[in-house]
Amino acid sequence: MNKSVFFGALAGAALAGGVASAATLDDVKARGKLNCGVTTGVPGFAEPDANGVWQGFDVAVCRAVAAAVLSDPTAVEFVPTTGKTRFTALASGEIDMLARNTTWTFSRDVDLKFEFTGVNYYDGQGFMTPADLGVTSAKDLDGATVCIQTGTTTELNLADFFRSNNISYEPVPIETGAEAVQQYNAGACDVYTTDASALAAQRANFEDPSAHVIMPEIISKEPLGPLVRHGDNEWADIVRWTLNALITAEELGVTSVNLSEMGGGTNNPEINRLLGTEGDLGAMLGLDKEWAKRAIGVAGNYGEIFEKNIGESTPIGLARGLNAQWTDGGLIYSPPFR
Amino acid sequence: MTDTHISFVRHEEIPPSPPPVAERGVLKWMRENLFSNWFSAILTLVALYIIAKFLIGVFPWFYNGVWDAGSIRECRDILEGRFGACFAVLVDRWDHLLFGFKYPQSEYWRPVLGFVLLVLAAMPALFYMYIPTKFLIGTALYPFLAYWLLWGGTLWLPIAVLAAIIATAFVFRFVEAMSVQMRTILAGLVGVAGAIGLAYLLYLGAQELWFISDSVGSAGGFAAIAGYLFKAASIFTYIFAIPMGIFVGYAIFQSAEDGGLVTVATALLAIYLMLAYAIGPVSEFLNGLIPIELQAVPSRDMGGYMLCMMLGTVCVSLSVPLGIVLALGRQSKMPLIKGVCVVFIEFVRGVPLITLLFVANVMLAYFFPPGSGLDLFLRVVIMITMFSAAYIAEVIRGGLAALPKGQYEAADSLGLNYTQATRLIILPQALKISIPGIVNVAVGLFKDTTLVSVISMFDIVGMIRGPIQQSTDWISIYWEVYLFAAVCFFIVCYGISQYSQWLERQLATDHR
Repeated sequence: MNKSVFFGALAGAALAGGVASAATLDDVKARGKLNCGVTTGVPGFAEPDANGVWQGFDVAVCRAVAAAVLSDPTAVEFVPTTGKTRFTALASGEIDMLARNTTWTFSRDVDLKFEFTGVNYYDGQGFMTPADLGVTSAKDLDGATVCIQTGTTTELNLADFFRSNNISYEPVPIETGAEAVQQYNAGACDVYTTDASALAAQRANFEDPSAHVIMPEIISKEPLGPLVRHGDNEWADIVRWTLNALITAEELGVTSVNLSEMGGGTNNPEINRLLGTEGDLGAMLGLDKEWAKRAIGVAGNYGEIFEKNIGESTPIGLARGLNAQWTDGGLIYSPPFR
Repeated sequence: MTDTHISFVRHEEIPPSPPPVAERGVLKWMRENLFSNWFSAILTLVALYIIAKFLIGVFPWFYNGVWDAGSIRECRDILEGRFGACFAVLVDRWDHLLFGFKYPQSEYWRPVLGFVLLVLAAMPALFYMYIPTKFLIGTALYPFLAYWLLWGGTLWLPIAVLAAIIATAFVFRFVEAMSVQMRTILAGLVGVAGAIGLAYLLYLGAQELWFISDSVGSAGGFAAIAGYLFKAASIFTYIFAIPMGIFVGYAIFQSAEDGGLVTVATALLAIYLMLAYAIGPVSEFLNGLIPIELQAVPSRDMGGYMLCMMLGTVCVSLSVPLGIVLALGRQSKMPLIKGVCVVFIEFVRGVPLITLLFVANVMLAYFFPPGSGLDLFLRVVIMITMFSAAYIAEVIRGGLAALPKGQYEAADSLGLNYTQATRLIILPQALKISIPGIVNVAVGLFKDTTLVSVISMFDIVGMIRGPIQQSTDWISIYWEVYLFAAVCFFIVCYGISQYSQWLERQLATDHR
């Protein structure tokens, strides 16, 4: 009883102070900082470097939105979330957006009442086994022990895959990626399954990467993207079109190198609309004309961000694959800026 | 008459000859302890073999250890396939392991100074038999200084809080010393204020319960039942807000004669008014006059081993007094107090700490409106303190139960009242018996602070599991970092345990 009175008094005082409003954009501007939910660490996607500065592919989306809205890519409060706390953090308003390689699924979009604002990475679940096991297809894995992270969609996909192929497996439940690698290398399981991007990244850092093979089967669709709460469409639009601006910039050849030159005006009207020298798309979002230019200016276009954080030149070493522009045979496709 | 010529008589004593080789020194010890019979001889040899095997296996790992590399790949290049550790991660991420990755680098001296001062401030309390009592003033001042050092902001804020606490003590003394007529007038005023205040608090509480029931109950199923329970609690609180206020106000007024309740109520009212209305403006005003400020660091930016130390120190020092109160409350003859204490202890002991932490992090975020609510660090401190206080209460209750009944009766027969008897006779003996148990809980609590890593606070284990193991540079590094964490915890826990053994010997007055 005492405690609830105490909390009641606090909450009552707080209610009188600041009433929760639906306009996230106004909140962010008033606060001067964007609260962006990220992982507690996924190599290449979100990780604090040795100086404590967040880096990564998902982090770049947060910084682009902060640059578009607040003109300052460093005005981001990164809120690390675990797989278990991420959705409550977003639903309770602790964070304004979540960029935490989260799979876009029906139930998350509809039932949990979130709004996915696009896809920044197309992933899928794969399998990795030691090469000397001699397995060439995931369908040969009858009776295998499988290391699997608990509480993720991969766990459910795994069960579905083995059931539909009518083969058996023995799961070895694991909490984190590092633990999974440790167990896999120690021989506690024959197979390690998670998103193919993570498999590739972890294999690239094995002592002998060639001793392990990744099976050709991709057993699930994992479109990963940033998400916001239901019910604030203006804010969802800002996050969606900031991501689209990065993608469109790559398609149109706008890079961090030629950005200032192209920002002076070109003879391609779509570039001009994107960078704010023609039309006034920014005002429709409640932002100024140069919002997209600032977003691209943080770390370049989508392709540059990809290359810098997870591309083939990095230790993560991911190929573009599905994540190439649609003009190059991939799935990355932005609606037009018009 | 002695005739020394007749026969040989020794004049001086023969120096004692050394015992046989097998009966002295190392050999004797080994013969007695390691090879006393054929069975223990075999066991010794087997044990030696296993130890040697282990050391031979582990030694190269330490010996080949790489201390200077920028990433796990560089480490492997330097090792060239040899078996060795990559301690370079400790060098590279040293600051992060100790302070978390967000504490500003230019401010690292503050937690370090805070730690040094903690050691100094703890001395008078830990070694009270050697250090004059007046040094305890330093210990009492330490929390305020430490708050300022760790969180920054203006120094005037902790000073103002300290001043408010001292002022409250004076109010307490003043009311205690008042004449009965004066106190009757005061009791009337405080009674009315208390009645209105309590009724208003209950009203707000009822509102909050309603708010919670809405957010819980919307989920359907089992949550709907919880929602109805909260609604019932809310309605109950609405109904009883005013009667409870009147009842308590009247009780305060009635107590004017002997002064017990009215003194406490006045002191509580005074400190509430000061904390709620005076502290902020006063410290701001003073800071305007003489600015003494450090860069403010929010709780979210604390991390590493520092966070474990902070949580451990704060929670241990809060949960011991709270545990004593709960233990005494559980022994109380007053049914209400006893009931509250029993329910609290049994409830908290029946719930895993990790669920309490999840409630602190996740659920409270639903209950509070966005952007408000208690600081995360404070929420975690409350939960861990509640948890360990319940355990300590049971340990101390064991100590109280171990005292012979004659001690209580002797205290009564001396004419001591409850406070005096408890303070002078019961607690000193009960606490002495309870030391091993309390230390056991304290060590467990200190290690439990690593559980905060599951609610995405970056204590040392959280730092390892998240930002270090999941970074591109140190992807999947494992043994080195966990070994480091183990060493950190071992040092502190072993120290606590040694201190408690020493304290037990100091306090040993019985004949064992």
